[in-house]
Amino acid sequence: MTEDTAKAATEADSPKPEPQAAADMPLLRIEAVVKKFGGFRAVDRLSLDIGAGEFFALLGPSGCGKTTLLRMLAGFETPDQGRILLDGKDIAQVPPHQRPVNMMFQNYALFPHLDVRDNIAFGLKRARLPRAEIDTRVAEMVALVKLEGLEKRKPDQLSGGQRQRVALARSLARRPQVLLLDEPLAALDKKLRESTQLELMELQRRLGLTFIIVTHDQEEAMTVAGRIGVMDLGRLEQVATPRELYEAPASRWIAEFVGDINLFEGQIEPGKSGHLAIAPRLAIATRDAGTILVAEPRQPIANTNVCVAIRPEKVKLSRRGPASDATNAQAINRLEGVVTDVGYLGGLTTYKVKLDSGAVLRSSMANTARLDLDAYSTSQRVVAWFTPDDCVVLEQ
Amino acid sequence: MSAPSIFTRPARLAAIVPYLWMALFFLVPFGFVLKISLSQTAIAQPPYTPVFDLTEGWEATEAALAALSLDNFRLLVSDHLYIMSYLRSLLVAGVSTAILLVIGYPIAYGMARLPQRWQSVAMMLVIVPFWTSFLIRIYAWINILQHDGLLNQALLALHLVAAPVVWLSTDAAMYLGIVYSYLPFMILPLYATLAKLDPALLEAAGDLGSSSRSAFWLVTFPLSLPGITAGALLCFIPIVGEFVIPDLLAGSDSLMIGQTLWLEFFTNKDWPAASAVAVVLLLLLLAPLLLYDRLQRRQLEGAR
Repeated sequence: MTEDTAKAATEADSPKPEPQAAADMPLLRIEAVVKKFGGFRAVDRLSLDIGAGEFFALLGPSGCGKTTLLRMLAGFETPDQGRILLDGKDIAQVPPHQRPVNMMFQNYALFPHLDVRDNIAFGLKRARLPRAEIDTRVAEMVALVKLEGLEKRKPDQLSGGQRQRVALARSLARRPQVLLLDEPLAALDKKLRESTQLELMELQRRLGLTFIIVTHDQEEAMTVAGRIGVMDLGRLEQVATPRELYEAPASRWIAEFVGDINLFEGQIEPGKSGHLAIAPRLAIATRDAGTILVAEPRQPIANTNVCVAIRPEKVKLSRRGPASDATNAQAINRLEGVVTDVGYLGGLTTYKVKLDSGAVLRSSMANTARLDLDAYSTSQRVVAWFTPDDCVVLEQ
Repeated sequence: MSAPSIFTRPARLAAIVPYLWMALFFLVPFGFVLKISLSQTAIAQPPYTPVFDLTEGWEATEAALAALSLDNFRLLVSDHLYIMSYLRSLLVAGVSTAILLVIGYPIAYGMARLPQRWQSVAMMLVIVPFWTSFLIRIYAWINILQHDGLLNQALLALHLVAAPVVWLSTDAAMYLGIVYSYLPFMILPLYATLAKLDPALLEAAGDLGSSSRSAFWLVTFPLSLPGITAGALLCFIPIVGEFVIPDLLAGSDSLMIGQTLWLEFFTNKDWPAASAVAVVLLLLLLAPLLLYDRLQRRQLEGAR
């Protein structure tokens, strides 16, 4: 290699660190970030772009590295490798107090010796804003999170929900470019959590800020976020909208992690696939549920060992199966079995059906009528059916 | 509506025990001291009058009561020896507490920041000196500080001084002894508050724009105030009444109140004057104790 080509190669490998706020540059770009704790890679060459005004959720099981990633964005941890670009500037080594980023802490981390007003004003005082400006901003924040009249209370004189609001107001007071939320609602009870989720969304839309939330609660992530990044073992498994994540999981792991799912392992049967009825279909010979017809995936599948995934609510139960004419009969998957378990959840009823092969198929059906004319009971023989379009084919 | 009592009869009895203890071992002896402080010296056994003797009937008791007077307290106010002793005690205790705080805070802070398993080791290192008797440790200091002691030998060997320096019988030696002896009492309460401090609070302060130095003054320091008060009172109060350390290490030109009391009691055999000194000392120390009590109560209310 000549000296010139070597130089060119290194230049190509490492782009110039000069910040350029190009039009296509997202607000936040995480580039091949690595964080190690001892020998353990908490975050492993992770890259992610988050646009201005997005509500992004990092979802994953505990220990997947989502909190570490968030703490690197806040500045409490420094990446061992990689860059974190905010507005085109690398902030990976910038200490927390110099970042235009604020965090709402998991247990709120309110200052116990300061009252509500001083908690909210804390960051504004550090920014050396004039007193009048601080007063207006605090009043603004107090109104925003509906804490009027509680300004003089200390944190231990507030309820959990009120504390959560103070923490939110405190982290928003400095008008950060990005607000980080570390399991912000974990300490609230279910009802309060749900209403607070809606308030968070509303707030984010109104302020037009970028929110990044870390949560292990998938319903929460689905409710609040426009996009979700699912993490496992320090890597992003899939970044998608809630709907994509649920209806088109990228891997078997995602399919099993997000929501409930029925999985059947099997092989593609090349002979039987093709244009059945009107759409292209793939026939998959499964071990436990016979041949299942699925819609041909857009991406061709290289591996013949696959897995068919069907969400329980896509599986319908009936006594005799759907009305069958010639085309339907070929196009609809039917499995017969016995109901072994009925779980009444109010809006939904979940069923477990033991197929003749011994495998268990789960189904959930909305209770759309008040009288249970359509309900099934245990040990009843039923036909479970679902359409090929409701199946997802995943590589093993 | 009356609150339902959660106290069963045995629980109520158990609650009385500390009061009984205090009454028997604190209030009753204090009564004796108070009575003696109101008496007069006498060349007799015991060396004061009047002596109550309830067997001699009501008349005699009444006469004895009439013989009590506040003369000894008037003496305390009129003789500047006593006033100087009190002032010196308060001064020595104040200065020592300040030095203890300045030395103890960084140590406690460092301990609280150690990894968990090293914290218990550090705690041991603070406590271990207690395993040797206090008096022996003070005598060890005499050994180190005396004319041909370790310190002077070392300084001479290093050619830092030409002739032995006088360390012993100085205020410096006394402060050294006090700070050395009381340091654990300052460190332990400080450590207890600092170790409880949620590290997320410091992160929050950093996140909201504080450098680590300003986060210390805005968060750590105010939140460690209860530890500071506890440590300061735990040191200040016994140092005011300290006798052994000033007696062994300080010079004899000015006395702390403990020494004055000792002198009155053992040398002058003036029990009533010594008792009066003790009563006033107790009243003086009551002020910071009440302050401490109020602070603690406020803290408890805050925690609810």
